[in-house]
Amino acid sequence: MSAKKETLGKTVGIVVAVCLVCSIVVSGAAVGLRSLQNTNAALDMKTNILSAAGLLDQASNKKEIAELYDARVEEKFIDLSSGSYVEKPSEDFDMYKAAKTEEFGVKVENSNVGFKQRSSVAAVYHIKDDSGVVSRIILPVHGSGLWDLMYGFLALDNDGQTIRELIYYQHKETPGLGAEILNPAWQAKWDGKKLYKDGDVAISVDKNVGNDNQYAVDALSGATLTSNGVENTLQYWASQNGYGNYLKNQSWKS
Amino acid sequence: MADTKEMKKALFGPIIDSNPIALHILGICSALAITTKLETALVMSLALTTVTAFSNLFISLIRNQIPSSVRIIIQMTIIASLVIVVDQVLKAYSYEISKQLSVFVGLIITNCIVMGRAEAYAMKSPPMMSFLDGIGNGLGYSFILIVIGTVKELFGFGTILGFEILPLVQNGGWYTGNGLLILPFSSFILIGLMIWGIRTIRPEQVEPKE
Repeated sequence: MSAKKETLGKTVGIVVAVCLVCSIVVSGAAVGLRSLQNTNAALDMKTNILSAAGLLDQASNKKEIAELYDARVEEKFIDLSSGSYVEKPSEDFDMYKAAKTEEFGVKVENSNVGFKQRSSVAAVYHIKDDSGVVSRIILPVHGSGLWDLMYGFLALDNDGQTIRELIYYQHKETPGLGAEILNPAWQAKWDGKKLYKDGDVAISVDKNVGNDNQYAVDALSGATLTSNGVENTLQYWASQNGYGNYLKNQSWKS
Repeated sequence: MADTKEMKKALFGPIIDSNPIALHILGICSALAITTKLETALVMSLALTTVTAFSNLFISLIRNQIPSSVRIIIQMTIIASLVIVVDQVLKAYSYEISKQLSVFVGLIITNCIVMGRAEAYAMKSPPMMSFLDGIGNGLGYSFILIVIGTVKELFGFGTILGFEILPLVQNGGWYTGNGLLILPFSSFILIGLMIWGIRTIRPEQVEPKE
């Protein structure tokens, strides 16, 4: 190396050549694989929704998941303040991205849910049974856990009040402690719990809760802050600020 | 062209004799962070091995053209490009795992093993040998990651690759998961134990007392 003569021109030439080749390779990979990546991300979302719908065991491969999703799931958009249905605002609408925009952003006040703005329009998913009647409602929920926001789907019966599943799909909780929100044994505890008691939000996550308590789920041991986060998340989203009005309207029945 | 014996040395030497993690103590950061589950450790190993091998190959191919004043930057450019490609491929073909590995694939760029081998070996060796050296060092890294990933997953979660081996109390079994092993820093202790073990077998790796 030391024997080599270096001139400014040669150095610049080599740098430019290397950068050019590298940028072609990188952009080639990014563009070439984008459609596959988008399909994967969409499929991942569909898998989570089907899992919240309790239908995932009916599909075993990617193709069946996509088909089952198309047959049973209907994506709807609602205006959270009124609870009524609206048109999809734009083709690539994402309620989590929209929360940060001026057009859709709504300030979150008097809540410790952990984020400052939410979107005024939210996506909900209707799960239809074989005869086309809405059997479950799936609501995207998110709120802060111990380390970061936790994103999940809350599945309710068509009475708008009985919880069937709470599936988290993105979180950064501690493995073995907070990450036990994904433990099937804990997920199963949500089945049959009620969101509201006499019209008020009643759901909570507490210590030493018996199975006969309809409004509370036993907290995760060693993960108090995660458990509190789950409680705050559900209480926020079940309230008037969240899906409260939509769930009261029950407009999916008509 | 190097003979077979030398090729074997480049390929298998780094597993025990000159292991990048155990002897050179390189690449510790990612070894701590992503060994909680064996599956992520395996994918990370594969990603790092690919990147090291190809960055060594490409850098070696143009080693006589690289001006030494900007050689580190050129190495970084090549490594970074490869890492981005690997990241994109992972996202396209293994979305679940790429979500779990998240930022750590990107951090391969700063993994000292890749830089270290590019600078120390690929800059002065022919392409074929550099490629093998890259694979060898990737294997050395993989070896440590797989051992630690296995120990941590088995005793922390009672599973191997997600299959239940020791039924946990939470799921109605008898085994209480070791909470310490779930946390990243327990890898420090395990890596330390492995270095102790390797240096007991190979006393020549022990540094002379100062």
